[in-house]
Amino acid sequence: MAKRAVPEVNAGSMADIAFLLLIFFLMTTTMDTDTGLARLLPPPVPLDQEPPPPLNERNVFVVLLNSKNQLLVEGEQLQISQLKDKVKEFIDNPLELANFSDKKESDDLPYFGIVPISKGVISLQNDRGTQYQAYLTVQNELQAAYSELRDDKARQKFRKAFKDLKPDEQDAIKEIYPQRISEAEPKNVGVQ
Amino acid sequence: MGKFKKKEKGGQQSINTASLPDIVFMLLFFFMVSTTMKEVTLKIQLRSPEATEIEKLEKKSLVTYVYVGIPNRQFQSTFGTEPRIQLNDAFASVDDIQSYIVQERESMKEADRPKMTTSIKADYDCPMGVITDIKQALRKAQALKISYSTRKKSEMNN
Repeated sequence: MAKRAVPEVNAGSMADIAFLLLIFFLMTTTMDTDTGLARLLPPPVPLDQEPPPPLNERNVFVVLLNSKNQLLVEGEQLQISQLKDKVKEFIDNPLELANFSDKKESDDLPYFGIVPISKGVISLQNDRGTQYQAYLTVQNELQAAYSELRDDKARQKFRKAFKDLKPDEQDAIKEIYPQRISEAEPKNVGVQ
Repeated sequence: MGKFKKKEKGGQQSINTASLPDIVFMLLFFFMVSTTMKEVTLKIQLRSPEATEIEKLEKKSLVTYVYVGIPNRQFQSTFGTEPRIQLNDAFASVDDIQSYIVQERESMKEADRPKMTTSIKADYDCPMGVITDIKQALRKAQALKISYSTRKKSEMNN
């Protein structure tokens, strides 16, 4: 009987497979990315600069947050859950009410042409004793108000969600609803 | 004569490569185990605040971190129980932030400097006074892009 050689499996490609796996995992592993609320701080004001002219009062939406985390919006005490709708109402002002923000004509925007843009600015002031989470919740609601307005506009014009739009379409909508949140120079609000 | 017998029929002797995958796997495991993400050891208590409208911080190399919170118990005797700022691995005061930012910015590539983002990682319960001081210091240091580090709010407690 002829002796049969045991057939050897060629294991040379195993190394390649292992390398492939190694590289795949190297590429796909994302270290848990940090998430957060992005904000842009205003540049420092030179000492000798004159203060800017005051804005028309109807265009300023004052949000105060005291050391007990209570919210005072335009002189009225509100719950945090009501803030978003108030802001939307103030910015959008569909009925052109006199106590909400004024509009101005925009430049000639792509996709939209000349449209009225709100001149509204949100002024957020907080106390030194305000809890960080409360402050962030307010910031979050303000941001949510803007993103909902933008999203509504996107659906109305392009029938798509804002995040699915092309970058230039997004930019056009951002021009219509610019995010203007101003934070006052620090001062104490509501200290006993 | 035939004293030296020719070995098998010519051709190259193939090296047994069966152990190569093992070596590669060993390498893989070695790197998997030994890689520690460059992360500072927190000396403060950091319980992340929550929000919904969050954005991802894309490039890690462009981000500078400022940690704020109450010192851990073993540091409380020296640093007290008031919220403190931690930069890299050490406690710092508000005045140190400016030089820290400048130093971090220097270590970046020239082209990346305008895109530098400062992430404020603060405990959810710390008072805004510290945060406001940090923000003022960052403004002075011209580090205007900031991000308040937050977790995604879980749907449960919505």
